[in-house]
Amino acid sequence: MLRIEELKVEVGGKEVLHGINLHLPRGKVHALMGPNGSGKTTLIMTVVGFGRYKVTRGRIYFKGKDITDLPVHERARMGIGLAFQRPPIVRGIKTRQLVEMCAGGREVDVEAIAGKLNFTEFLDRDVNLGFSGGEMKRSELVQLMAQNPELVLLDEPESGVDLENISLLGRAINRLLERDLKPTEGKSLKELRAQRKKSALIITHTGHILQYVNADVGYVLIDGHIVCSGNPKEILRTVERYGYEECAKCLR
Amino acid sequence: MSEIEKTLPAQRDLLRVGVDPEEKERCGTFLQDNDKVVLCGVHQEGVDLLSTREALDALPEAREYLWRALREDPELGEFQNGYFIRARRGVKPFFPVQSCLYMSREGMRQHVHNIVVVEEGAELHVITGCTSSVRRGVHVGVSEFYVKKGGKLHFTMIHAWGDEVETMPRTGVIVEEDGVFISDYICMHPGKRIKMYPTAHLVGRGATARFHSVLVAVPGALMDVGSRVYLQASDTRAEVVSRAVSMGGTIITRGHLIGEQPHVRAHLECRGLLLKEGGLIHAVPELEGRTVELEMTHEAAVGKIAQEKVEYLMARGLTEDEATAAIVRGFLNVDIMGLPDALKEELDKIIQQSDQESL
Repeated sequence: MLRIEELKVEVGGKEVLHGINLHLPRGKVHALMGPNGSGKTTLIMTVVGFGRYKVTRGRIYFKGKDITDLPVHERARMGIGLAFQRPPIVRGIKTRQLVEMCAGGREVDVEAIAGKLNFTEFLDRDVNLGFSGGEMKRSELVQLMAQNPELVLLDEPESGVDLENISLLGRAINRLLERDLKPTEGKSLKELRAQRKKSALIITHTGHILQYVNADVGYVLIDGHIVCSGNPKEILRTVERYGYEECAKCLR
Repeated sequence: MSEIEKTLPAQRDLLRVGVDPEEKERCGTFLQDNDKVVLCGVHQEGVDLLSTREALDALPEAREYLWRALREDPELGEFQNGYFIRARRGVKPFFPVQSCLYMSREGMRQHVHNIVVVEEGAELHVITGCTSSVRRGVHVGVSEFYVKKGGKLHFTMIHAWGDEVETMPRTGVIVEEDGVFISDYICMHPGKRIKMYPTAHLVGRGATARFHSVLVAVPGALMDVGSRVYLQASDTRAEVVSRAVSMGGTIITRGHLIGEQPHVRAHLECRGLLLKEGGLIHAVPELEGRTVELEMTHEAAVGKIAQEKVEYLMARGLTEDEATAAIVRGFLNVDIMGLPDALKEELDKIIQQSDQESL
């Protein structure tokens, strides 16, 4: 689904990512962990294609196609969707209008989507104007549900969200990723899981969201290098106990 | 064929200033071409619509409204005509009265004097479109508005001028106790120069004035547009909001609020967006408090479109042009004015043109 090769990225003339390799297969969820300033956000912003993030080396492939030089909207239309950590305020555009734009001409039931995230009352407010941290996260997910991307990028979906709403967000993310499966007649869960098409890359600093969304593989990013990959829960336990300093040792 | 279609062939010109040639959702129409009144008719009980000259001849009380909301200026000379509209006590027409001041003779000077009176408890919406089929000319529009106790006047004005037209409106408003005056002004084709500073006097307790302006300046245009409100009675309210977009032209947005009595509340907001090099936006907000107990605030911001916002919408699948247009449209906030569709299309067209030019 997503393949990143030898990726080097500069922001404001300074190299932030120093040669990233990553492969995210179809139907899988990967978690990207690491201390603040390690380059996690830079990595997904580069995948989305924002102008500030200059690729100086390496390539990004999505569904087998080289997207390194494609503009943002073409990547979005190919099926890449991002939930921003701190989305901007856009005055004069109602959230409802934006959700409709996300659907790109397809029919979507905006009310139904918003209802699932307790977000209906915010639809007629200007995009992100006066939203709390948690309200922004819900707004981002409502937009993504309308956009229905194949590759979901989530930047710290749990930051600023109170406990009550984390499980709500977790459920929404699972639905977005087709992970809320129930066994149906004729098919086992195992078979259903094998048919999943949605992939996700989740940035998490604290790891809280991983209690609600199962990640298949975890990575640790430190100073622009992926220093380790493996079982996300195991990585998290190590970090909780010994901090990211322990991971930094693997840099040497 | 409607009356308007018979009298004026330039339908497109009228549509883009909000005039409905079929008069479907209008309760009356006034149309002046150059110095001549070509249409003046109303079909609503309790609403008077006459040319100003006719009103001054026929209605003795009309004289009382001449030069009372504005100081008389002999230098302007004799006016040609204009409209006199009155909503009588308690009358609340469902549809607006529309008027159009049209210039079709090259290089002419159109000078009108308009009077609108909303009597006690009445409510009226007036849509005025001023436009020209010619490139050059001068438009002097003098307007006096009177809102009596508990009345409400919503005045929507749309300007669309030829490239060399100069416009100098003068507007005075007097609002009595619990009266409401709302002005929506939209100008996307300013011609060469527009200079105006409408002034409202809130003379009765609890009176309200709200001015909302949407200004778009193309290269070569100079717009000097402000709104001034004197809060002369207690518990009066004023709001002045302007949204200015420069596509390369110059815009000066002014606002002046004068609080003279206790317990007044007033807010001034100027926001400017510079879309192209060579443009200039100068926001001049002024607050003047003359008593201890009042609350007056202002905010002003001038800048360009944040790339972050454009990319945010692009990440949802919009092209750069679509994203920019959506942001500009949102910025101008025209939706809240309930503008006719033809005008919204016009705005989209201007934004798109600017996008293409900048490529």
